[in-house]
Formats: sequence, C-alpha cells, structure tokens
Amino acid sequence: MSSEASTDDRLYTLIAELTYRCPLRCVYCSNPTDLAAHPDRLQTADWLRVFRQAAELGALQLNLSGGEPLLRSDLEALVAGAHELDFYTNLITSGVPLTRERLTRLRDAGLSSVQVSIQDAEATDSDRIAGRVSFEHKLEVAGWVKELGLPLTVNMVLHRQNLSRTGAMIALAERLGADRLELANTQYLAWALLNRSALLPSRAALDEARDVARAARERLKGKIEVLFVLPDYYSDRPKACMSGWGKRYVLVSPDGLALPCHLAHTLPGLTFDNVQERSLSDIWLNSSGFNAFRGEAWMPEPCASCERRTLDFGGCRCQAFHLLGDAAKTDPACALSPEHGLIQSARAAAQTEQLIPLELRYRKFGG
Amino acid sequence: MTDLAQKPKLASKAKLRLDAKTGKYILLYPEKGLLLNATGAAILKLCTGEHTLENIIAALASEFQSEPAALEAEVLTFVQGLLDRGLLQAEP
Repeated sequence: MSSEASTDDRLYTLIAELTYRCPLRCVYCSNPTDLAAHPDRLQTADWLRVFRQAAELGALQLNLSGGEPLLRSDLEALVAGAHELDFYTNLITSGVPLTRERLTRLRDAGLSSVQVSIQDAEATDSDRIAGRVSFEHKLEVAGWVKELGLPLTVNMVLHRQNLSRTGAMIALAERLGADRLELANTQYLAWALLNRSALLPSRAALDEARDVARAARERLKGKIEVLFVLPDYYSDRPKACMSGWGKRYVLVSPDGLALPCHLAHTLPGLTFDNVQERSLSDIWLNSSGFNAFRGEAWMPEPCASCERRTLDFGGCRCQAFHLLGDAAKTDPACALSPEHGLIQSARAAAQTEQLIPLELRYRKFGG
Repeated sequence: MTDLAQKPKLASKAKLRLDAKTGKYILLYPEKGLLLNATGAAILKLCTGEHTLENIIAALASEFQSEPAALEAEVLTFVQGLLDRGLLQAEP
C-alpha cells in the first residue's frame, strides 16, 4: 500500500531532537511517553553528518529541539556546523539552563533565531504546568535574546487551565519584545493524551481566546506575528500534519531514528531506520517507514474519494493510531471519519466546568 | 500607505538565500520560507535600509527594462505585504 517519494516531496526542514532529557516536566510534552527507550546515542560528528546530508537533500531550515537542546554540551559546535551549511537555525528551548554568556556564544556561532517556551502569563501557573520553578528565568532569557539582537519567538501552549489568560499572555509577549508569538493549543497526543480530561477546553473558552488572538494579530500587524493554532479536537477537518508524511520534514530522534514526525516511532508495524546505519538520503527516498503513508494508495474511505485529500493528506497518522489503534485510518479529528464520535464525546465532556481541577500527570523518564 | 521615501530593510528574523534545488531565492524566517520570483528577489536584495522605495523601483525598472510607473503598484503591494508580516522594516 506504500508509495515511493515523488518529485513533489522536498525536504525543507530538519528537526533535530538532540535529547529527550529536559529540566521541565510539562504535562503536555510532545515527546513520546517511553522517553527512557530513546537515550542520546548520536555524537557531535553524527549530528554534523546528518545536517550535511539534510542540506544535500535540500533542507534549508534546522530546528534544534528536544527535550532541552541546551543540555547538549556540544550545542555551540552543532550551531557552528549548521551555520557553515547556511541553515536557518532555530533554537527551540525552555531557556533552562542558560546563561547570557552561552547565548552570546551560540549567537556568535551563527544561530538564526530563538524560540522560548513560557507556560502561562504569570509565575505560579507557568511553574505549575512546567513542573519546575522557571518562569522568572525564562523572562530573563527572552530579554537576553533581544539584547543580543536575535529574533525572539515566544511559544505558549494553550489549554483549559490558561485559555482565559490569552490576553495577558499576549501582553507579556509584547512586553518581552517578541517578534513572533505562537499561541498553540495543546494537541492531544503523547503526554497530553494522558492529561486530556484536565487540559481539553470548552468550545466557549476556545472561541473567546481565538477572538482575543485575532484582535491582537490585527493590532500588532508588522510588529509581532501572532499565530493561533486550533486543537485538532475542535477543527472538524484534520490538519495537514507535517505538511504530509515524508513531504517536507525529517525529524531525527536522540537515538538516531529518522522519522516523518515527532511520534512516528510509536506506531507499531512500521520500520524506521537509524542515521548511524543508513544515509538520510537513502532513508528519505527508499525506506519503508517514509514510504508507508506517501501518496494516496494507503488511504481508506472517506479519505480516498475526498476532495480535501490533497490538502490534509488524511490528517495525523499518530492520532489515528493512538485513538483508533490503526495508523492507516482516517484521522478521527475529521468530522467525516466514521469514528469522529470519539472526538465528539471528549469535547462533550469538556463543556462542563471542573470545580476541582483534575490531577496532572507530569512527564517523567521510565513513566 | 507606503511612502516612496522610506527605506525598507529585511527584519532581523528574515534571511534571504538562494535555494539550490530550485535555483530561486527564498526568504527564510522561523519555521517558514517564501519562495520568490525574479522580481521579488531583485526587490529584497535592495532592501538593505540604504535605498528608498523610489530608488528601488528605478533600479528594478532598469534591470527589467520597464517603466517605473508600470512597476510601482507591484512593488508597493509586495513591500507592504512583507511589512505587514514583519519580514521587512521601514527605515524613515
């Protein structure tokens, strides 16, 4: 049922998840829940080789991500290597642990931009979701990013416990001088799926926050790029996950697996190759894992005859597997999916107020 | 409204480079890229904060052997679009 890479498949972005280790314990972390099964296995030279192979395939963007990429002591060398390859290199960080001196070294090594996550508009709630006292330090880091002349993206993940503070979060991003603000609703996979009942918002709360974000986008036009990303659970049509399987992105995990998305290695029955054993180009073009959901031959109904199949590619394979047990089914977030009832019932349960907030499960190794 | 005397400059988050795969210039910014046609690339190469829009239009007219008046609307729309997206900054 798989298809080979077509001429339309062009790698633009390499996401290097340098480590799954992280000082934070965010309750919606997008890393897989079996963190301990994927230890750091790639050395500096391995990563530099992967960067070069990605650039040869056409990649222009490099996201240095994790876990927390700052925990790699060779981050400066990796940034310098990426700079030599003319990548647009984006550091995606919690800001912990970072000093102004190290950030200066990273800038001097050729870093293009920095994305700092902040979990809420004020310390108590931000630290509670992050599972660590970190809010004040993050504000300091954001200040250094601007002082050092680097572009700043502030990333804030939204959910039922902070949506009502969207306005205050926007005000904080303005105060920090952000160039870009990502107001990204939680997507309910991995750790967030474990915490779904505590995090999934009501439609009214989501609509209100979206209106606030829309007004801010207009008001801040040309100053801050304000993005508001809906949760799949309320979008009624699935997102074009990763712009399509094996079309634009490669993600490499800390243990060296080359993957089409953040959670592809949680899908059973698929084989993903390690960059220590096979070149990125060979994996991209020829591996069974990358070819598994390319093209349309794999698509079931209602996707196979749907006019939107070239826009959303059937949605998120991981959502199909983690909710339905079959990665080759239509993403149940789609209202046309015969199993959309699962999403509707989760939504229905989210409409009532929770008088006592539900207990959160924090991210941990060996969990 | 876009003022012809202003000097547009690429924002710090935007980086212009040649894409070897397509032979076209691409404007990169966090998580995204904008593939440019020949006119767009020619405009952005001049957006260094040193040239007024009026000068940029004149230079383009010379490069593409056209009349400045014929290019003005296209250039202003393109520049305003990138100003709105924060990819260009206007230096007074």
